[in-house]
Amino acid sequence: MILAPLADRSSRANHTDSWRILKPEIKYDKCIRCMICWKFCPDNAFTVVSGEELESPNPRVAALEAPVIDYDYCKGCGICANECPEKCIEMGIETKMVI
Amino acid sequence: MPFSIPEQELMEPGHTACHGCGATLSMRYVLKALGKDTVISVPAACWAVIPGAMPNRTLDVPMVYTPFAATGAVISGLREAFDIQGKEDFNVVGFAGDGGTADIGLQSLSGAMERGHNVFYFMYDNEGYMNTGVQRSGSTPYGAITTTTPIGKDRNFKKQNKKVVADLMMAQGVPYVATATIAYPEDLIRKVNNAKKINGPKFIQILSPCPVGWYFPPEKSIEVSRLAVQSGIFPLYEFQNGVLKVTKQPRPVSVREYLSMQNRFRSLDEDDIKKIEKYAEERMEYLIGKEKETQSS
Ligand SMILES: Cc1ncc(C[n+]2csc(CCOP(=O)(O)OP(=O)(O)O)c2C)c(N)n1
Ligand code: SF4
Ligand code: SF4
Repeated sequence: MILAPLADRSSRANHTDSWRILKPEIKYDKCIRCMICWKFCPDNAFTVVSGEELESPNPRVAALEAPVIDYDYCKGCGICANECPEKCIEMGIETKMVI
Repeated sequence: MPFSIPEQELMEPGHTACHGCGATLSMRYVLKALGKDTVISVPAACWAVIPGAMPNRTLDVPMVYTPFAATGAVISGLREAFDIQGKEDFNVVGFAGDGGTADIGLQSLSGAMERGHNVFYFMYDNEGYMNTGVQRSGSTPYGAITTTTPIGKDRNFKKQNKKVVADLMMAQGVPYVATATIAYPEDLIRKVNNAKKINGPKFIQILSPCPVGWYFPPEKSIEVSRLAVQSGIFPLYEFQNGVLKVTKQPRPVSVREYLSMQNRFRSLDEDDIKKIEKYAEERMEYLIGKEKETQSS
């Protein structure tokens, strides 16, 4: 049962990559896949992929689901890097300017 | 790794919230807990503009925009209308800022709670009128610089203490009242799930740090939220069926550390900081006293 019609286009149509000055990058060799970065992202800019798609030196970790940053939406706020317990997200300078 | 909060997302990316926005995380977590059978009413506030313009939607649930003062009245009406249509199972939710709750919306909120409608009211507390450029609200704490309590020759920061709306709701005898914050999403989601079990009005105040208005770098939103709790500035509690439960802080961090992270407190001197420390202590004592009182009766 629907309560009321929803606007038919998701705000996914609105890419927010041009907001980014700093760009987070996950170093998967150190990532333990705790998903804390995913949990605290205000922009919902993570997708969750199955373990096999990414490498990890630890086979137990490699089997776990992993976070992947969707750079169409990440605004570069840096919360994920600040909260990551393994300090394996690095904030670099965004070099692509989108105008 | 197990996910500590539900995986379902009802808030889509591509919204227009500022970098590191705490209010946005509050919405994300609340919707994870409530699920799809929800209608949400938002007054004038940051959350009225975060979803962007038609034809885009950011929330995968219907939204009703209300005049600034009317959230309590609008959710009362929605609830009664849905009940008449046999849609008792839908969650009817108000989601308003602290200006829209502590100040202009207080009477319609209090009325809705008193009439006892089966509704949720979430106050996302960014401690000021942020959407219009950081003006003071009743919920702004003592010591904060805002654009209407600007720093000047006479150190004219806000001189009044925070009005804690959750405390007012508790005094009014609302069946479910809680405080929460974005650094503890598991706690927030647990509280929403407890609230769901109550057929009546429910009020949850969520401290939602605002990097723009509190003047701290956006990556610190969660850290500031965590320190607000650990320093005793914003105690977490849950009040249901007349009984209060306060989350204790075994090793509180210093209030000073919390204040020094935010430039809105930059003009405080030693005496002011002592005043704020004393306020935090007294508030904790008050809550623990109330906890004992309600648990023994
Ligand atoms: C009756 C009325 N007065 C003033 C405004 C202008 N206005 C829009 S949003 C806003 C600030 C809302 O502050 P708050 O409720 O704290 O939410 P926040 O913006 O912090 O999310 C104001 C004053 C309005 N829309 N309606
Ligand atoms: S917070 Fe760090 S360790 Fe945890 S999943 Fe994210 S990148 Fe990996
Ligand atoms: S930098 Fe901010 S917006 Fe980008 S992925 Fe990390 S938490 Fe999300």
